[in-house]
Amino acid sequence: MIMSVLIYAHHDGEKFPKPVLELASYAYALARQTGGTVIAIVTGNPRESDLEKLGQHGVSKIWVTPEPAGPSFDNRAYAALVASAAEACGASFVLFADNAISRAVAPRMAVRLKAGYVSGVAGLPLHTDPFTVKRSVFTGKASAYAEILTPVKVLILARNTWQTIENPVTCLIEKFTPAVSLPAPDFEVVKVMEQTGTIRLQDAEVVVSGGRGMKSADNWKVLEDLAGALGAALACSRPVADEGWRPHQEHVGQTGKVIAPNLYIACGISGAIQHIGGISSSRVIVAINKDPEAPIFQFARYAIIGDLFQVLPALTQAVKKLKSE
Amino acid sequence: MKILVCISVVPDTTTHIRFTDKMDALDTNGIQWIINPWDELALTRALEIREHPGSGVTQISVIHIGMKDTEPVIQKALAVGADSAYRVNHAPADSLEAASQIAEVVRKEPFDLVITGHDSADYNGSAVGEMLAELLGWASFSSISSLSVVDSVITLERESDIRSETIIAKAPCVVTIQKGIAKDPRIPSLRGIMTARSKQLTLVEPVKCAPLTHFVRFENPAPRSQCRMVDPSHVEELVNLLRNEANVL
Repeated sequence: MIMSVLIYAHHDGEKFPKPVLELASYAYALARQTGGTVIAIVTGNPRESDLEKLGQHGVSKIWVTPEPAGPSFDNRAYAALVASAAEACGASFVLFADNAISRAVAPRMAVRLKAGYVSGVAGLPLHTDPFTVKRSVFTGKASAYAEILTPVKVLILARNTWQTIENPVTCLIEKFTPAVSLPAPDFEVVKVMEQTGTIRLQDAEVVVSGGRGMKSADNWKVLEDLAGALGAALACSRPVADEGWRPHQEHVGQTGKVIAPNLYIACGISGAIQHIGGISSSRVIVAINKDPEAPIFQFARYAIIGDLFQVLPALTQAVKKLKSE
Repeated sequence: MKILVCISVVPDTTTHIRFTDKMDALDTNGIQWIINPWDELALTRALEIREHPGSGVTQISVIHIGMKDTEPVIQKALAVGADSAYRVNHAPADSLEAASQIAEVVRKEPFDLVITGHDSADYNGSAVGEMLAELLGWASFSSISSLSVVDSVITLERESDIRSETIIAKAPCVVTIQKGIAKDPRIPSLRGIMTARSKQLTLVEPVKCAPLTHFVRFENPAPRSQCRMVDPSHVEELVNLLRNEANVL
């Protein structure tokens, strides 16, 4: 049997989000390195044109299966489903994109398959025998090489560590029926609140973030304007969330969210090591701060030393001008 | 209802992480050890729940898998209000090993609810809670931003990409919590510290369980290239650099 690389391709209802296409591209490169093909397991009813996107990114076969029944997402059912697909195709690797669903499903599935599990994976394996892969540890403060000792390996690919690469292949779309009956969910959903309109922080390509230098919750308009002009998500440092100036969901750092956008603009953030831990995987960091001694400047690629309340409105105007050109 | 909170012991979040000369282990010299911040939130929430009249919570225990030098941190968990503690005398190499040791304890002393933090600030596996649930055959819930227990009924708020939902879960289950679930962590009082000494800390010998993964080498991040300063009166230059040099706009 040819070695296969199985990916769990989660469709968000509208599209396969960028991390899934990054995952498909990574899986293709891994399959090339280890000698095999890429199979994707997809739940629900995505459009054919969406499924073809996976084929353009190196997926040779797609197994489509209904969403497991139940009042809401149940990780037990998904773990059983993906494990069943892995067994059916004799997968050597089962790969997930880094998101909350993967982190709820992959560890359970790894236990079912008696497979070694590594999350936060950055890049292709250093060796394939013994299988050794790089991952981040200590919340971005260091990296480690992890060896996986089992024949089947479960990996969660870290965000923004692999580019989306088009590798068109012939792609076969089939229906998949799991060989086991999926466990029935054993909980009730009593209330649902839809969240709309906002850009999710962890998915954002550009993030504008405010720290204590913003001085008060009332001053956030200048940040919101800049974020609006850039199409960016808003974030903040821990003191800002602790003071209640901004909701805790916006806190990035070692004890908040860990993010990896293309562009991170830190405004009035000194750059405590705990904060750096949450943003160090950003591709480009811009720091705007009036204190020339702030540690954030050691991590930034570009910086402005100056008064936020003058710099930010000017920057917003400059961005608007660029975008209108 | 009996609650078990899993705590991992990690370097203080201000620690500059360094490794031994061979780069194959953490250099523990001078490190202050703390309860993993998310596990501390889990413990804080468990204590808050019990203080609420009618919760039905009769016992809160903590469990840690680690060597004897972690006991001061376990003592702190007892000092802030946990009733009893377990320490499994083992240094686990991966998440599965840790989860297997906890599962063994839970099989012997039945708990109704196990709470863990969603990540650990050392090796960031984010897996122990889910693996434990699978080993026990229990349901598990993650991305949980609110947890309450009234009359032994467990109510959770779960956040996903697009919605938040209120769930009523059945015991036994594992709940993995994220930030926002509890107020500030508690600071042990002198009385708490005194009573902690008389609380039960059970030493458990590990069961045999081979890790499936292990770390072979560590690396500190490469230093970033030097920062380029832009004049605050010429912000358009920054926009220009971001578009044409960094290609991020």
